[in-house]
Amino acid sequence: MCLPLQGKENFMKEIIKSIKIYLIFTVLLGLVYPLIIAAIAQITMPYQANGSLIIKDGRVIGSELIGQKFDKPEYFNSRPSAVNYNAAGSGASNYGPMNEKLIEQVNSYKKNNKKITADMVMASASGLDPHISIENAMLQLPRVARQRNLPESKVKELVNENTDPDFVGIWGKAGVNVLKLNLTLDSL
Amino acid sequence: MYNSALLQVVLFIIILIILALPLGEYMAKVFTGQQVWLSFLIRPVEKFLYRIFGVDETKETDWKSYTFSLIVFNAVGIVVLFILQLIQHILPLNPQGLSSVRWDTALNTAVSFVANTNWQAYGGESTMSYLTQMLGMTAQNFVSSAVGIAVAVTFIRGFVRKSVKEIGNFWVDLTRSIIYLLLPLSIVFSLFLVSQGVIQNFNPYTKAQTIQGQEQVIAQGPVASQEAIKILGTNGGGFFNANSSHPYENPKPITDYFEILGFLVISAALPFTFGAMLNNRKQGWAIFISMLTLYLIGLSVALWSEYHGNPILGLDNMEGKEVRFGILNSVVFGHSTTSTSCGAVNAMHDSFMPLTAMILMFNMMIGEVVFGGVGVGLVGMLIYAILTMFLIGLMIGRTPEIFGKKLEPFEMIMAVLVLILPSIIQLVFGALASSTTLGLSSLNNAGPHGLSEILYAFASGAGNNGSAFAGLNANTPFYNLTLAVAMLVGRFATIIPSLTIAGSLAQKKSTPEISRFPTSGPLFIISIVAVVVVVGALTFFPVLVIGPILEHLEIFTYGN
Repeated sequence: MCLPLQGKENFMKEIIKSIKIYLIFTVLLGLVYPLIIAAIAQITMPYQANGSLIIKDGRVIGSELIGQKFDKPEYFNSRPSAVNYNAAGSGASNYGPMNEKLIEQVNSYKKNNKKITADMVMASASGLDPHISIENAMLQLPRVARQRNLPESKVKELVNENTDPDFVGIWGKAGVNVLKLNLTLDSL
Repeated sequence: MYNSALLQVVLFIIILIILALPLGEYMAKVFTGQQVWLSFLIRPVEKFLYRIFGVDETKETDWKSYTFSLIVFNAVGIVVLFILQLIQHILPLNPQGLSSVRWDTALNTAVSFVANTNWQAYGGESTMSYLTQMLGMTAQNFVSSAVGIAVAVTFIRGFVRKSVKEIGNFWVDLTRSIIYLLLPLSIVFSLFLVSQGVIQNFNPYTKAQTIQGQEQVIAQGPVASQEAIKILGTNGGGFFNANSSHPYENPKPITDYFEILGFLVISAALPFTFGAMLNNRKQGWAIFISMLTLYLIGLSVALWSEYHGNPILGLDNMEGKEVRFGILNSVVFGHSTTSTSCGAVNAMHDSFMPLTAMILMFNMMIGEVVFGGVGVGLVGMLIYAILTMFLIGLMIGRTPEIFGKKLEPFEMIMAVLVLILPSIIQLVFGALASSTTLGLSSLNNAGPHGLSEILYAFASGAGNNGSAFAGLNANTPFYNLTLAVAMLVGRFATIIPSLTIAGSLAQKKSTPEISRFPTSGPLFIISIVAVVVVVGALTFFPVLVIGPILEHLEIFTYGN
């Protein structure tokens, strides 16, 4: 390609100018901007900015936004996770719809359980889904109530209390926050 | 279910138009140097920046100098980003002590972020330090989308200007995109995201003791500032491996809603900018409606396919989806992210039903012109408009012209280059990957789905999208290097020929209005939609048949 600028000198000048502008923008957008947002966030919304952490007796037990593993019968169980709820390495199974492993996994679960929902047997996208569907919670409800000797109506009340809403009634789906629900159950 | 889906989509489109219209007018004013309501605040900053840059804002250049500045600027970006990743272990703001990034991954990532693709062969939280995420990813997200907008504005000038060589000043367009548009929007958006639970801190990863007594390490970081520009600039590179499905990037249905709006809004506004700068607002609407038509056709097919669930399992297809988004919002997000060149995902595309995935692939294969990446999406659509008017010219036996400019062989050659170079590169690399062990050993699924994994990767690379069928292990030298080439071709084979077209058109006189073929009526819209679909189908139909379509048939005959 013929050089649009005359002479070697202009050529070098343009390169130096590019580097200079690139570096200035990098500092402005890569350092000043995130730091300003961090400062505002830390001052005005420290709870959210630091991860919506739940602290009990001075210890962090998790985040209300990040799912964790529950497989004991006295708890509402969380969804399967391809990364075993590793919150320092999120990820999914990436099984296609006719992947043998997926089919096997679902069929073996079907054998032991009469009624299932899709989110009960299928892994989430992040591997950290904090929610289960309301239908899923309703299927687990009798078991949890039995294990804890609680009336089902009481547990149902708690499920409703710990359901995060959708957006203005139409966008997204309401989901039961498993960690918050199990915490409430434990605190009874 | 269908009714509520319909209601959501219609409401969504109305809100999109309400936001995009004024934003389009705003951008037209910014890029023609007129006063806007933010000028009192930003104009002094702009002047100050030009002074330290050593840029004379009144001096415009021809297309060659413009292109030269753009290429040098991008080359600098690739080099800096590459080095930054290699030396991150000796730099500050690395509380996890993450090591130097492997060279092929670093090169792929550097190209990827400069090319506005944000293909990620790495998992963010386990690979990149906070400093790399900020200085590298966040900053590059801004400048690469600003470059896209600069190209679009320059391309528009090619139609607007008459008998001149100058098409603009690259540094001025770049600076204005950032400080009048991307930065103010990002500040507002990132604070909104924090208020809903997106994190913004520099803490080391949090150690939690879970209720069942296990240890859970929770990744932290300056996420909101990066998330905002990742979305607004249609970049799409997540802070975390799981991208916008990660609860710290996209915690609620409300954030999901605004993220989808966020990556559509600038691209949807640019047709209106085009109409305003051309002083022919009907023309802007015609381009917008063409894009919207294509968007809705694709969305209907994708929703129809995903709502059928997985017949083998007899269940809804919730694999790779989050409960808070459900089927509908996962599909709307996936369709929108591939229509634009965003590439953020809130569900795993590898686990979508095959025909849903086919639509997503097709969106990328036609070059992401359905709204498209900020800037380059509009340019792509206008290139299709040029092709359409050329075909119409042939049919009615007149010299082809568009928006008052005569189309001659030079413009047509350049336009065709933009359309076929990315297609060739995806098909050639796709064929290479599916016939060598180097390519095949990375697959996560067998059979036609495996072919889809490969196709998707190169469509995403060449289309500068960046989303993935993430089952494919693309972090190998083979994929890192081939995809880097695909991304470079996809980016610069669009930008450079487009700028030459702009340069050539700007030098032409305008044809008298009465002799023109109407380019804002339904006939034009139908023609351009047909051209986009037919060109895409002619190029990719055979390979889609042995990928997603074959898989679809296999699923519906499973066990027979």
